[in-house]
Amino acid sequence: MTMPMYVSPEQLMKDRADYARKGIARGKAAAACTYSEGVLLCAENPSNTLRKAGEIYDKIGFMGVGKYSEFDQLRIAGIRHADLKGYSFSRDDVDARWLANQYAQILGQYFTHEMKPLEVEMIVAEIGDSSQEDQLFHLLYDGTVMDTSSFVVIGGEADLVREKIEQDWKSGLSLQEIVKLTTSALSGPDRSFSPDELEIAVLSRGNGRRAFNRIEGEELNGLLA
Amino acid sequence: MTLPIFTPSEDPGPSFFGLLQKVTPNQKPLERIGEGNSVTHGTTIVAIRYEGGVLMAGDRRATSGNLISHRTMEKVFPADAFSGVGISGAAGPAMEMVRLFQLQLEHYEKVEGSPLSLDGKANQLSLMLKGNLPSAMQGLGVIPIFAGYEEKTGQGRLFQFDITGGRYEEKDFVATGSGSLHASTVVKLRHSVSLELGEAISISLEALLEASEEDSATGGPDILRGIFPVVAKIDSDGFERIPDGDLADRTESIIQSMSQRSGS
Repeated sequence: MTMPMYVSPEQLMKDRADYARKGIARGKAAAACTYSEGVLLCAENPSNTLRKAGEIYDKIGFMGVGKYSEFDQLRIAGIRHADLKGYSFSRDDVDARWLANQYAQILGQYFTHEMKPLEVEMIVAEIGDSSQEDQLFHLLYDGTVMDTSSFVVIGGEADLVREKIEQDWKSGLSLQEIVKLTTSALSGPDRSFSPDELEIAVLSRGNGRRAFNRIEGEELNGLLA
Repeated sequence: MTLPIFTPSEDPGPSFFGLLQKVTPNQKPLERIGEGNSVTHGTTIVAIRYEGGVLMAGDRRATSGNLISHRTMEKVFPADAFSGVGISGAAGPAMEMVRLFQLQLEHYEKVEGSPLSLDGKANQLSLMLKGNLPSAMQGLGVIPIFAGYEEKTGQGRLFQFDITGGRYEEKDFVATGSGSLHASTVVKLRHSVSLELGEAISISLEALLEASEEDSATGGPDILRGIFPVVAKIDSDGFERIPDGDLADRTESIIQSMSQRSGS
């Protein structure tokens, strides 16, 4: 009779975490920053169809990095969850904190129970009536949730980008200022992005009920100029 | 309520309706038992195509049998940014149908990242009506009008439906509800090929006014309380309500010309 090989729980968790971290680190960084009108979602993304940022509900946005199929499935689950909740109760009853907790549970469950953890890192952003009420939830592959009201950087080389944004970020920046700050932090000092390489979206208080809006084409050129 | 995650074979795709059936399989959202005449009914809706868009208008009255149950009911709604839906028939199921329809379009747009085509939207509404057929046979029929602006042609389009889900595209105008016969006669006589927005608004107001004179379930403009029909235009700027001030001015001039006609 052969004995099953013993692996200590610490080692098992470490291996899983390493696996997930490696998967996430292969991709590019993405950032969500609050500004005067709401939240900016910004990612380096040469694809025009495989999106990282998306709309979840009226005031709630999403951004994911890592394995596209996995975070996109979670994005769709989030939309379904929010629409169902809004349909059964009221639109005002849908909030980002609840959604972030649901995501955390799923991520945690995958991390401990499934063959492989989900190789994703995500942001759930929600804007309130004023900039003090804007919230960003940062979700890790193991189900860890963190919340902040300033900025979150996810993906590969996130630490470098985070340091750069931290130097210049302050509350109450305009859209143009925050786009410049975030894109230059994402690109690094040696290069600059063309509009085709960027995916930019905002959750803005000026947009009415559905706050999410992609910034593309002429509008993006204007902001980057 | 947990996060709705499905296996690939179980996945309902971008349909909110399909999703609802997956998570609440025993509850069909649009099936109800009829209660005859005491159910609240909403009435006349007209939609008119004009140069570069389409206009929708509906009166504000809801009736339960011979009684007026609401004076301020709204029966014309935005379906999404570039389309609108107007309803006549049993108010309860109609309101729920509008809510589900709006949600269905938004849900699709969010999941897929791009909106449905105008034909796709009309088909969705047609499917919802088909689902409502059992209740319609019990007297809870809903008859909507769907209108939208199509960006690629730069024009408005109109769709009429029946209770079985039959979908009929109309070219210039459409009316539904108990006062539709009178309303559509007015529109038919006034309509011309290149109608301006302002004329279209006046025609729709006049059509609803004439219908309210002949049909007790259609409400006329209520000058005493300042209640006017809901009139909305859908063009390249999207769905937009016409403000009451504008409607009040136009109503006044219509009433003036009517009183001149009757010689009083």
